[in-house]
Amino acid sequence: MPDPNTILSTVSMLNALAGGLFLLTAFSLVAIRQVLTCLRVYIFQSVLLALSALFLGYQYASIHLLVVAAITLAIKSLLIPWLLRRTVSQEIYARREISQVLNIPASLLIAVAIAIFSYFIATPLLSAVGGTFEKINLPIGMAGLFLGAYTITVRREAVPQLIGILAMENGAFFAGISIAPGLPLIAELAAAFDVLIIALVMGLLTRKIHERVGTTAVGDMTALREE
Amino acid sequence: MELLTILVIAAVASGISLFPLGRKLAPAVTVLGSLAILILSVKTAFQTLSGLEVTAVQDWVSCDSFGALILLLVAFVGFAAAVFSWGYIEKTVGPREEGRIQRYYSRFNLFLLSMLAVPIFSQVALVWIAIELTTLMSVFLVSFESTPEALEAAWKYVVLTCMGAAIALLGILILYWGMSVVSREPFTWAGLVAAAPLMSPVILSTAFFFILIGYGTKVGLVPMHTWLPDAHSQAPSPVCALLSGVETTTVLYAIMRMIPMFQGAQASYASLWFIILGMLSVGVAAFLLIQAKDYKRLFAFSTVEHMGIILVAAGLGGYGALFGATLQMVSHAVTKSLCFFSAGATLLATGSRDISSVRGLIRTSPSAGVFLMIGGLGIAGAPPFAVFLSEFAILKAGIDKGHYVLTAFLAIFIVVAFFGIMYQINRMVFGKPSMSVKVSLPAACIATLALMALPAVLLGFYIPEPLQSLLQLAASSLGR
Repeated sequence: MPDPNTILSTVSMLNALAGGLFLLTAFSLVAIRQVLTCLRVYIFQSVLLALSALFLGYQYASIHLLVVAAITLAIKSLLIPWLLRRTVSQEIYARREISQVLNIPASLLIAVAIAIFSYFIATPLLSAVGGTFEKINLPIGMAGLFLGAYTITVRREAVPQLIGILAMENGAFFAGISIAPGLPLIAELAAAFDVLIIALVMGLLTRKIHERVGTTAVGDMTALREE
Repeated sequence: MELLTILVIAAVASGISLFPLGRKLAPAVTVLGSLAILILSVKTAFQTLSGLEVTAVQDWVSCDSFGALILLLVAFVGFAAAVFSWGYIEKTVGPREEGRIQRYYSRFNLFLLSMLAVPIFSQVALVWIAIELTTLMSVFLVSFESTPEALEAAWKYVVLTCMGAAIALLGILILYWGMSVVSREPFTWAGLVAAAPLMSPVILSTAFFFILIGYGTKVGLVPMHTWLPDAHSQAPSPVCALLSGVETTTVLYAIMRMIPMFQGAQASYASLWFIILGMLSVGVAAFLLIQAKDYKRLFAFSTVEHMGIILVAAGLGGYGALFGATLQMVSHAVTKSLCFFSAGATLLATGSRDISSVRGLIRTSPSAGVFLMIGGLGIAGAPPFAVFLSEFAILKAGIDKGHYVLTAFLAIFIVVAFFGIMYQINRMVFGKPSMSVKVSLPAACIATLALMALPAVLLGFYIPEPLQSLLQLAASSLGR
């Protein structure tokens, strides 16, 4: 029998590695300028989310978290990318650069500020209650959430904005698997299903916009505004 | 059992609407389904009058007096919107487009289902899912007309409200975290209220803030309101009535459910944020109202204003203000749907959304003109309409609590909005007619307008005894 403490530290180190990579993917979504690469980064991010759920499930000996890992892997890294390739293939395979509101160095600088801000919010919570895994997952998940929101505001096109929404949900779940591992499975299942509907609805809407308006640069659609 | 039946009826009606059997089946099924839902909701509301919860599945699906009030509002406006759609959609959708009609009603029922689920679910994570689904089920209703403007509005709607939902999700997970550390209660509204005094204050307040911002986006609170006037003006009018009249209210209900969790020293934190966001919404919306050039946008801004008023009332706290808030939820839901139904009638009669190109409506289409005037007066808060009574109750509660400056500003903003709305509505209804032909409206539309005008006027001076007790129970369940 290996010493339980060694296992704990190995698992928590692996989880920290997944967390670090997760944060990196959240940053890349801000900076990458190809739609296909964005989608691949999202898939990688979802795999990291599933891995983190796996590590936590192993540590807490929770079947429940292992199921969450399996659902995440199935829905977010297989089903959603497949769905997006079916509904908005033209957009995804378009070999062009996504226009951005800010240039990349400035965006990244703001992204760093956002990540620091998440630690600033998460620290008082962690000092109230919190163990090893929460200390990694909560601030990184929160940063993933905020960076997703930031990605949406700097992107002008439909598919990158959609990926931003999905990344926000990933961030919330990355924090969620550590802080709310006991959340009833039915709620987790419904939430995963919900993410699938988001991808479907927004994918179909993007296709409709492409058909009717001829472009998916939603940031340039400004017919509706106050004078 | 009624609660589950309500959800099943809406789901079945959505399925049947898709059967390719002509233009009449889908609207007929939808009207009958929503009537059955309304009857069951009234029955549920009567059962909650005893002060007990109506439970279908312990800890998951149950409804107390506040939930029953919202359920009743959604069911009532849902039924009215179904009847109005019968006339409106028949007239606006072309002769060979049965498929579009069937898809419209199928989505309409799904949207109704998701809104009914919000007060019926008591498990907080499921409520989040229901709220997220209200967005996803209504996106294609907003973009129904497929114009570039409608698509733009639908996109803004889905992106901003999904962003809000993700932020609220983290808030709910943090809330669960804080609760699971100190208590073994089920994760329901009632369980949270029981566990809240034991929870770490910093966790409770952070979760509150995330949920307020997240759900607040969907309610249309300033500064997260930018999508609301677009979506609420581009959708077909019966859908606007649902979006503006009850969808915003159901989400506000989820925010107000957090009030009893804040007790003692924590109470002022929640109140402060309610008042800040509420006053900001009322003030900004009152001035944005004045410059609106599209009459549906005018009513949409008025929704932002009313959501702000309810939030301020919730922030003031105390039985008087909370009673005013619940009464305002009722009066706003019925009056705002009347406004959007009459806006739909105006659009049918004149074919234009522009305020400046509609003149002398009372001559072109007397029924649209009369009901637009009633709706305008009602929503602006003229006595003796229902909104006047609830706004008066809120202002009075503000003075009773000694918040003189706050109440004065609230009153000023309400007056500004009053003049903003009445100036535009007057210009539209009276004056030299812009069209010489008289237009007749479908009978279903006129019937709906009359059905909605009745409570919008009547509730101003007479509240039936059962409704009064339901409001009192709901207000005291929110008290602390």
